[in-house]
Amino acid sequence: MNDNISKAGLWEVQEWDFGLPVIILIIASFGVISIYSASQDVAGNVGWAPLYLKQIIWLVIGSLAFLVASSYDYHRLAKYAYLFYAISLILLVVVLLEGKSTRGAQRWLALGSFSFQPSEVAKVALVMMLARYFSTHSSAGLINRIIIPAVLMFPGFLLIILQPDLGTGLTYFFVFLIIVLFVGSSIKGLIFGVFGILMLLPLLWKNLWIPLRGYQKERILAFLDPTLDPMGMGYQAIQSKIAIGSGQLSGKGLDGATQSQLHFLPDGYTDFAFAVFAEQWGFLGVAALLFLYYLLFMTMIRIGERARDSLGVVLVIGVTALLGFCLVVNIGMTVGLLPIVGIPLPLMSYGGTTMVMTLAALGLTLNVKRRRVLG
Amino acid sequence: MESIVNQSDSLRRIQRRLLFMRLCVVFIFAVLLIRVWYIQIVKGEEYALLAEQNRVRMVYLKPPRGLIYDRHHNLLANNIPSFNLYVVLNDVGDKERLVDDLSGLIHVNVDDMRGIIESHQRSRFPVKLKEGLTLKQAAAIESNLAQLPGVVIQAETERSYPQGNVAAHVIGYVGEVSAQGLKKDEFQNLVPGSVVGKYGVELQYDQIVRGSVGQKTIEVDARGHEQRVIRIKEPIPGDNLYLTIDLPLQRFAEDLLGDLAGVIVALDPRNGDVLVLASHPTFDSNSLTRGLTVSRWDKIRNDPRKPMTNRATQGHYPPGSVFKIVMAAAGLESGYISSSTSVECNGSFRMGNRVFKDWRKEGHGFVDLHKGLVHSCDIYFYTLGRELGIDQIAHYAEWFGLGSRTGIDLPVENPGILPSREWKENTIGQPWYPGETISVAIGQGYVTVTPLQMAVLVGTIANNGVQYQPRLLKQIRKRDEGIDVALEPSRLSTLELQDETLLALQSALRDVVVRGTGRRAQLQNVAVSGKTGTAQVVSLDKIIDGDEVPQSLRDHSWFVAYAPSDAPEIAISVIVEHMGHGGAVAAPMARKVIEKYLYADRNVALP
Repeated sequence: MNDNISKAGLWEVQEWDFGLPVIILIIASFGVISIYSASQDVAGNVGWAPLYLKQIIWLVIGSLAFLVASSYDYHRLAKYAYLFYAISLILLVVVLLEGKSTRGAQRWLALGSFSFQPSEVAKVALVMMLARYFSTHSSAGLINRIIIPAVLMFPGFLLIILQPDLGTGLTYFFVFLIIVLFVGSSIKGLIFGVFGILMLLPLLWKNLWIPLRGYQKERILAFLDPTLDPMGMGYQAIQSKIAIGSGQLSGKGLDGATQSQLHFLPDGYTDFAFAVFAEQWGFLGVAALLFLYYLLFMTMIRIGERARDSLGVVLVIGVTALLGFCLVVNIGMTVGLLPIVGIPLPLMSYGGTTMVMTLAALGLTLNVKRRRVLG
Repeated sequence: MESIVNQSDSLRRIQRRLLFMRLCVVFIFAVLLIRVWYIQIVKGEEYALLAEQNRVRMVYLKPPRGLIYDRHHNLLANNIPSFNLYVVLNDVGDKERLVDDLSGLIHVNVDDMRGIIESHQRSRFPVKLKEGLTLKQAAAIESNLAQLPGVVIQAETERSYPQGNVAAHVIGYVGEVSAQGLKKDEFQNLVPGSVVGKYGVELQYDQIVRGSVGQKTIEVDARGHEQRVIRIKEPIPGDNLYLTIDLPLQRFAEDLLGDLAGVIVALDPRNGDVLVLASHPTFDSNSLTRGLTVSRWDKIRNDPRKPMTNRATQGHYPPGSVFKIVMAAAGLESGYISSSTSVECNGSFRMGNRVFKDWRKEGHGFVDLHKGLVHSCDIYFYTLGRELGIDQIAHYAEWFGLGSRTGIDLPVENPGILPSREWKENTIGQPWYPGETISVAIGQGYVTVTPLQMAVLVGTIANNGVQYQPRLLKQIRKRDEGIDVALEPSRLSTLELQDETLLALQSALRDVVVRGTGRRAQLQNVAVSGKTGTAQVVSLDKIIDGDEVPQSLRDHSWFVAYAPSDAPEIAISVIVEHMGHGGAVAAPMARKVIEKYLYADRNVALP
């Protein structure tokens, strides 16, 4: 099998796909526009370039990562999966020891003049590590299918929660859960698992979270994620809904988007990018954006369905789960369906490490598609 | 090969499962789309309104108050620009931090600021934290505005009184309208923080000077800082006032009073224009308008010298011998006496078992009305009083306006007391004793007057019985129309005095100055007429010897006058508290004011 692959060559392009990059580029452009309009005279918008310009630079760097990740044979890449994962764990340890502390959490590693988030790297490394594991360990049994992967996953999860970073920790755990459900468990397990998660989340939400008093919620969230401003959370939730709702059918345009332009909606360029977009472009714009994301996910799932081997399919499932979870939690929070958790919207929120790692993950997905012919 | 088959079996198993993932994606996007549709389409208008309320705010624009000038267009009340620091507490997240940040930028009293914030917790309106910022302070705050949510620097105008404490009782002062005051009807068009008149002309003509509040609709950012103006309705400035006050003369009169407690009121008897209304001790309008603290206010209010009292209109003084003018008129008009009726004065007067003394121990000998007035013979008027009785006296005194307010355009005026049988019955509940009439006959006892009433009285004699209401407002400049409205003097009444009565009074008042008790009011080039008076502070019986009496119990010194005697242009009333006989202290003051006025007016060099 390895011989077949080597015949094809490491960089040889079997099947180029324009669909995925085009969708990605359009969504990322929307993101840059939202950042541009929401970050005018924002405190963080100083330095060597305005935020939207930095985002474009990150987009360019991310595109290179995308090209590499989609072109260099994923089987070869997967050989280094455990190494990547180990490096990401080391980085997570380093960030706990040496990281920059902002607003009570240690998430950033300073590298010269810019800084990056090891937890973003860890999420992708986890996907690769689990894909590698399941593609090489096909034997059945609880220990092989669930326990060992859980043991492998756990150090990363713990290190992220210790930062603390609730949002990334949840994402990390969710990616693990989905991969185990789809790959490791029986069909019954999958059905119960998927519907269980879908049913349980709102139930837990309604019965455990909603009845809590305001200050209790604040304390829990502040404990889990001190970077959130508990006093401002109710305010953010309301302002986010006002921003989205006031966009109405056709939006207020870039100049008329007062909620984001006048900073009634804080963090419009990071966690609330969707609300900024919805205010500017209205329901028509949101429908278009959601459709693009929908296409993105469906394209990814299709790649998974037609993947040549289990390494490919697990990679695709992992990336889909990773981006899907971020999207659901982020948009769910801006539209008031979910509590406010600091999770960025893939491809739209400002952030260098996120952008590069998201594009790298998507590149892996395309890589799987480009090599399926050889099967 | 088996492993490959196995692997592809397990691969297909996993890939079939991706159908669940597709279903999940469809489900999730359906939920999100429906949710967004609900927020944007179903609830869209509601949220659009909320967004509008977020961004749009209304700001009141306070109008500049009308300016106040004297009759020569000297500025009495001005507006100066003032940078005031406001804060919209709703926009402030951390109030402690705000106080810290502000105290780091400008010098402020942190406790005061906390107190203001505490007491305005629920205010929807901008709360004034500090007024009168220097340009430097304002700039320091403006340049750090991004870190100061809710803070607004407003360039406003502030009342200033360039003459300091001159004519303070006339001009008055202003202050912020109180919360209770806002609920009153006359303050309906005001907003919290509006400045209203609190005293004097500022209060009397507040409605004219006030102007009307404008409104500015602005777009603000999340920190409450103005981004742009959406609509503006400019405030309408108040109208300007031109007072009858003659500032140079007023200042001159106040300098004469100096540290003494007393009053100088000067009128133009021909129209009631109040040229001078000086009441000492006085206050500084500026210090009451700006930065007045409670302790300072209490100190002024509780000052035993009562600087806040306008003695010219509120001071109750016994008229003393000035009242003899009224007595003389009453005697002549009632027909009890003629100008030739005479009385022998030997220095004392017996009524029942009481003895009333003349101010001159040895008496004045035979005294007719003219001599009685010129030398202020008490015995003559005791006798006349006994003949007239209190009710007749009250009747004629009422003609001259005693016992009732003159109607001057100031917010507070006391009517004085004009006693009668009925008055005593009603207020004290006792019958009138004949001996009390004797005291009233020389302006002592129950009768009290204000210095303004005395000026009106002497002005009426000067003006041949035609009495004008004293007035302070001469002209209004309507700022929006740019026109001046001159106010007509209002005639109170024309006293139906017989010509003989007027002549007798006028010639006697002239001789008071020429050869009588008021010789110190004499001027070389102008004929002055007047009457001295000594208002006793303690009752007649207790008076021993002037010099041994403590200052606070000494008599008040009165002098009323008009000039020129043949064609009067100024009527004046002077009272100096606790300075003894009127001829000695008050008369020279009156003379100086008259001299200053008439010579300044005619622009003739003094001899």
